[in-house]
Amino acid sequence: MMENLKFTVSSTPHIRANNSVDDIMLDVILALMPAAFVGVYYFGARALAIILVSVISCVLFEYLYQKIARKKVTINDLSAVVTGMLLAFVLPVTVPYYDVVIGAFVAIVITKQLFGGIGHNFMNPALIGRAFLLASFPVALTKFTNLRLGITEKIADVVTSATPLSDNPDALPTFTEQLLGKFSNGMPIGGCIGETCIAAILLGGAYLVIRRVISLRIPLSYLITMVVMALLFKGRVDIFGGNTLGAVFSGGVCFGAFFMATDYVTTPTTRLGQIIFGVGCGFLTSVIRFWGGYPEGVTYAILFMNVLTPLIDKWIKPKAFGFVKNA
Amino acid sequence: MNRKLTFKGGVHPKDNKNFTSSKPIRELEQSQELIFPLVQHIGAPCVPCVSVGDVVCVGTKIADSEAFVSAPIHSSVSGVVKAIEKRPVPNGNMIDSIIIENDFKNTYDENIKPVDYKTVSPDEIAKIVREAGIVGMGGATFPTHVKLTPPPDKKIDTVIINGTECEPYLTSDHRIMLENPEEIITGLKIMLYRFGISNGHIAIEENKPDAIAVLKTKTANETIKVDVLKKKYPQGGEKQLIYAVTKRKVPVGKLPSDVGVVVINIDTCAAIARRFLYGTPLYRRIVTLVGTPVNDCVNYRVPIGTPIKHIIEKNGELKCETEKIIIGGPMMGVSQFTIDVPIIKGTSAILLLTKDEAKIPEESSCIRCGKCVENCPMNLMPLYLYEFYKKDDIDSCEKYGAASCIECGCCSYGCPAKKNLVQNIRVAKQQVMANMRERAQKQEAK
Repeated sequence: MMENLKFTVSSTPHIRANNSVDDIMLDVILALMPAAFVGVYYFGARALAIILVSVISCVLFEYLYQKIARKKVTINDLSAVVTGMLLAFVLPVTVPYYDVVIGAFVAIVITKQLFGGIGHNFMNPALIGRAFLLASFPVALTKFTNLRLGITEKIADVVTSATPLSDNPDALPTFTEQLLGKFSNGMPIGGCIGETCIAAILLGGAYLVIRRVISLRIPLSYLITMVVMALLFKGRVDIFGGNTLGAVFSGGVCFGAFFMATDYVTTPTTRLGQIIFGVGCGFLTSVIRFWGGYPEGVTYAILFMNVLTPLIDKWIKPKAFGFVKNA
Repeated sequence: MNRKLTFKGGVHPKDNKNFTSSKPIRELEQSQELIFPLVQHIGAPCVPCVSVGDVVCVGTKIADSEAFVSAPIHSSVSGVVKAIEKRPVPNGNMIDSIIIENDFKNTYDENIKPVDYKTVSPDEIAKIVREAGIVGMGGATFPTHVKLTPPPDKKIDTVIINGTECEPYLTSDHRIMLENPEEIITGLKIMLYRFGISNGHIAIEENKPDAIAVLKTKTANETIKVDVLKKKYPQGGEKQLIYAVTKRKVPVGKLPSDVGVVVINIDTCAAIARRFLYGTPLYRRIVTLVGTPVNDCVNYRVPIGTPIKHIIEKNGELKCETEKIIIGGPMMGVSQFTIDVPIIKGTSAILLLTKDEAKIPEESSCIRCGKCVENCPMNLMPLYLYEFYKKDDIDSCEKYGAASCIECGCCSYGCPAKKNLVQNIRVAKQQVMANMRERAQKQEAK
């Protein structure tokens, strides 16, 4: 019969939900798959090579840093894989491989690990990686193509094209074209590997929402603000993209809204805070696009709001249930 | 279709009620020795009014206290007082306890006499409830007569019977509602009579449709309303329940009586009814014995004071090894280091977990996903409370409302990083409360 042996004694609760950080990261990876497939399909084997270089460098840098710093190796949480994919998706297919490795180093070692690893970075690692490359190699980072490229294609020979954002009226795709990420003649719309096919991004975003990994608070407030800003200051929404939803379908806005601006670590934790964050992103992206020097503002808008996040969490402290003044 | 009542936040653990919910309550062979700790309630400890060698009957008062916030204790069997000594109790302490040797004759105390509640004054009701030793049997064990005696400036207009039973595995309240609905309705009527009001609610979670149907039929001609609540933990938390049913918010640091509400647990309500219907004080209760290792999971009607070892053994051989024994539910119950503890007034369940189920997950870094903020029914930010506490920043814990924490554990339950959030916040809360008391004392001294 049962005797008083050694029972586990612990504080409540005695059961935990069947979720984990790894599962969340795996869901994000799955959600990125449609965009990855489309990117490789449109831009060729070189796109796949860039994604792989980026993911492998990110995981390797995380592993090496943690080994050297004698920390617990946490590459199994898959967060470095996510960062690697995100970084590759916001780079053009023409980017040199070594740039990708540099970007991965900045993302993982400088932005994430030096600040304490997962959960402690105050800015989005993939976006810092991209921002660093954009500042260091501006030409390579803004060279887009409509062509499918092989793994060893000589980039210098590649004919580059304008992106819709540079406002070349001939290059403006229609609504359907933007949704699919390619022109009706079969040529892909120039842009970053994972950003051009809106349908693939929305599919991944919908998956994350259904799996309750993210809520629609940030993406929707971001996109709605983009529309409102376009109406307020340009009087129309069909800017950039040349179609009804041009302001939100063009460039990296959709990808940023669903995959970058929803990064847990660098966004507010309260409902209201998240809406403020989304609105802020939309506002800043529009400001940079309308009046700034860069053709695209998503990266810096989100990074700026990342920095503001601790303040938002401090200001938007929810009142305890039943809170009364001077209690 | 009525909209189901609920509150903001909370989690949805698997309810695991099908182990026992369809099985009738059973009686159990009594144990040889019964243990009656002198503290089975919140408030002042009792003092024994029997000595070693005394003969006691079923329902004989064996301990009482002069204090208002306290409740007497009655013997649940007939027999002889064998000893008064320290014994382990479910909260982990060693408490002076009266040990009674059972003579298995079940002789009833001569004071056990029914009372027609309509023949006594409303104030008398509270006194009779106190004499019967009735306390909150959902686990908090707050003396019921205190709830029935609110300060004169607080007008009670609503009584809610808490039949939510939102903790997974537990079905004792569910079975009582099915098997003794009249007792619950009578108990509620007695309380409405005590306050001179007619607004009575029986709140039940939607996962007990049979109980809802039974009580709805039985209350068709009464002023009593059966409310259907959403299945969500902690639906039965007092403040959450009051909000779900009445949309009133109990202010921070205040009691339900401040918003005119009294909340009573199902088994407590039935105990009140039994006191008036049959004259019996609180000396038995329904306990769910459940868990993967248990072969025959069931609800037992057991005398208070029965050692849980006796119940587990009489139930039969266990299926597999038990790693953890919990008194109460898995969300807020207390894990035990020994099975020598007795069933006390607030013991609603004995839950056995296997090694696999009892595994304590390893903490990893917080990824600030905000699940804990979303899940907190008290609108707190557990991730920050945890951080502040780890930095020993008790002042910030206070600013972030640690004192409001109801320790429901939704934050820890839902955390993907398996952070021990409530485990730490609970300690922070105690320190915050201590600081607040100290300040209040200083204020008074001035």
